[in-house]
Amino acid sequence: MVQSFETLAAIRFGYGFKKGAPDMRDAGQVLAQLRGADVAMAAFPTPDYTERRGVYTHYREQVRRAKKAGKKADRALRLDVQRAKRARKHLVVRDIHARFARAILSDTGFRERLAIFWSDHFTVAPKGQWPQILYGDMMDAAIRPHLAGNFLDLLLAAALHPSMLIYLDQPKSYGPNSPRGLRSDKGLNENLARELLELHTMGVDGGYGQNDVRQLAELLTGIVTTDQGMEFHEKQAEPGPETVLGKPYGSDAEPRFSDIREFFYDISRHPDTARNLARKLAVHFVADDPPEDLVRAMQQAYLDSGAELTALYEAMLEHPASWGALGGKVKQPFGFVVSGLRALDVSRDTVANMGISGTRRMMSIPMAAMGQSMLRAPGPNGWPEEAEAWITPQGIAARLQWALVVSAVYGAELDPREFVQTSLRDAAGKTLILAAGAAENRNEGLALVLSSPEFNRR
Amino acid sequence: MDRSRRKFLSKTLAFACSAAASPLLTPMTLASVPSDKRLVVIILRGGMDGLDLLRPSGDPLLVGYRPTISARMGEDLNGYFSLHPSLSGLLPMWQAGELGFVHAVSTPYRNKRSHFDGQDILESGSDHTGADTRDSGWLNRMLGLIPDAQKELVFSVGRENMLLLRGDQPVSSWSPAGRMDMSPQGQLLLEAIYAKDPLFSEAGQAAISLAGQLGGQGMMATEDTGQDSMQMMVQNIAKAGRRQKAEALARFAAGRLRSDTRIAAFSLGGWDTHLKQHNTLRKALGQLQSALLTLKAELGPVWQKTAVVCMTEFGRTVRENGSGGTDHGTGGAMVLAGGAVRGGRVYGDWPGIAEPDLFAGRDLLPTDDVRRYAAWILRGFYGLERAGLERTVFPGLDMARDPGLLL
Repeated sequence: MVQSFETLAAIRFGYGFKKGAPDMRDAGQVLAQLRGADVAMAAFPTPDYTERRGVYTHYREQVRRAKKAGKKADRALRLDVQRAKRARKHLVVRDIHARFARAILSDTGFRERLAIFWSDHFTVAPKGQWPQILYGDMMDAAIRPHLAGNFLDLLLAAALHPSMLIYLDQPKSYGPNSPRGLRSDKGLNENLARELLELHTMGVDGGYGQNDVRQLAELLTGIVTTDQGMEFHEKQAEPGPETVLGKPYGSDAEPRFSDIREFFYDISRHPDTARNLARKLAVHFVADDPPEDLVRAMQQAYLDSGAELTALYEAMLEHPASWGALGGKVKQPFGFVVSGLRALDVSRDTVANMGISGTRRMMSIPMAAMGQSMLRAPGPNGWPEEAEAWITPQGIAARLQWALVVSAVYGAELDPREFVQTSLRDAAGKTLILAAGAAENRNEGLALVLSSPEFNRR
Repeated sequence: MDRSRRKFLSKTLAFACSAAASPLLTPMTLASVPSDKRLVVIILRGGMDGLDLLRPSGDPLLVGYRPTISARMGEDLNGYFSLHPSLSGLLPMWQAGELGFVHAVSTPYRNKRSHFDGQDILESGSDHTGADTRDSGWLNRMLGLIPDAQKELVFSVGRENMLLLRGDQPVSSWSPAGRMDMSPQGQLLLEAIYAKDPLFSEAGQAAISLAGQLGGQGMMATEDTGQDSMQMMVQNIAKAGRRQKAEALARFAAGRLRSDTRIAAFSLGGWDTHLKQHNTLRKALGQLQSALLTLKAELGPVWQKTAVVCMTEFGRTVRENGSGGTDHGTGGAMVLAGGAVRGGRVYGDWPGIAEPDLFAGRDLLPTDDVRRYAAWILRGFYGLERAGLERTVFPGLDMARDPGLLL
């Protein structure tokens, strides 16, 4: 039996029902969430690049002072180091908290889901202090402002964000014949070029070869990171034109960033890119193996519009295949935790004031036990989509354990018989409705609902 | 909960569930097994200081390089090397020939000294860093070479998704922190709501069965859902995020290995000792010692068929730094234990620690590839072809001659 439109929209294209959140009655309303200001981000802002850099350099400075003083370091100095360290850690957890809080409290679930989708499409698993401090900037400066615009802008912002550049070794890539390359005997690093084609644009089945990767790597040389962020240094860029996918970029003249931009423009409009993005989006929202005509319709809409992302989303939301019965997907731990706390109607104040220890205890640590550690995606290809990757023995035990805890902590006022209705509406099966009422106490009744296949699937 | 109480509960459950023909509590099907050897791989994360674990005390230079770290004398092993004092509990194992070391070894990783890249290389078994090396681990690829290797054969212990075991071959995993704290009634209801969903049903069944086998950490009635027990659960979840106790990991691994599991892997952290090493390394070594002693005790007679292999991403600088610690280095040590290994000796080609013999003027010179020793153990245990080990499991490795690590 197919669930009602409101239920499908809330669960498949959002983070589930929350008391007081408006129901979506048609595809236009879902899409309308993407118009207007990013209210959810504004409600939980995070520091900008300069502030992040400041926190990091201040920390480095304190550590340097302490090292210099050695055993002579006095109490005040040690305290400075501790404070700087705390500020650094606090910033990273604040980013994580913002991710949760926006998704839990917002009425624009589709927008929130897309933010996480694109953050995973442009996966960065930051290693080291500066990359971890920087990581949250990728979401707020590169992804969220562009997720309803043209893919070209999103691609430029995300694939060339310092976070990504560091993660994929781009600053270490030298044009072998560039002045810096010749002087230092350093050469190409293909990492970013490869992932740009394989993951960010055309996809692993796209029509490119090793030579294109190599040529693109040469074209991308000169892109580096400095304290100010991403910069283009001609002295590190390989001279001469590079031919990628049969088209030459640049000339024998001085290498220019606009050559790289031109390639980004072309690749954003490539049919393989359209197909890869369409399929990936359909896999994420609709089914692990989505119907071919849905993917084709989305691909076509994207190409016809000139890489407009809202056209891609609209094609998905207006296709009948997107509105079949629920159950084709399993919520990843982040989505499970967020939708669980929404269902329990945890108050705005509670969410906003969770702090570092609350964020870790109630959300990020249990999520790690479910198999998804924040900031630690297994590789540049992001988290797995398949249900089997998540519903493992420890995964399921961790979900149940968390469900028992949050039901006890936040659900004391709730009646499982009502909870099964408010949290799932017509997505709840008969057995689950009976089980929720037959539990021997409230806590287990609520936890059963949260642990059910209905609640964990979408 | 006392023992008789648990026994009663499990009996009650067994009855309740057989009455309901429970698919949730049926014991797991265990796999056929092509070897009766047991292999445990322990990844020591953070860069274990081989020069402190296994000290070249016979060289007077050592004290000069490491005035504070080497101040406390260790236990002499063979007149030249001595064991860190915090590992004195392992002396009987050494004397029984069940504990050995390989010194001055490393992965092919050179010069960059990043934990993450170093661990990627160590676990992938590859000879270079790069995106392609993050897809699969050497232990998983090794399974592909064993005919009939099946899921229950290999266990990843702990909640992390270890690169060592990532790949195409099926591997089971469970964390000793995992629990299924439901009342009998709750479990029956859970079973009912999973029943129509094979994916949930199968995973839930395995979870309950595994949790049930874990004794004190297993199934537990929660009829007293008062504030205390909630608080305890919250703490348990929080604890699961911290470093898991070595003993719990080892006990769980041993329990699996006593039945049908043949290979288990987990990791121990805390080896990144940049500061006050005499203090910080003690804790990490204590965990390692506890893991090895627990494995021996819990495996019982099976210990005789067991090889435990402990590896780290790199060693540490020969000189201690300004804060009484050591920084990331290159050559390090490998620890071998178990009744199946020829212990009581130090393997490897010792390069010495005189200034000109150091790597880059700062690190212990690696004279051999740590993967070579792992490869010979795999060959000895599973009779794998050298070609497969040198190409598939450890690409680019030359196994050279057999160091004779196994009895």
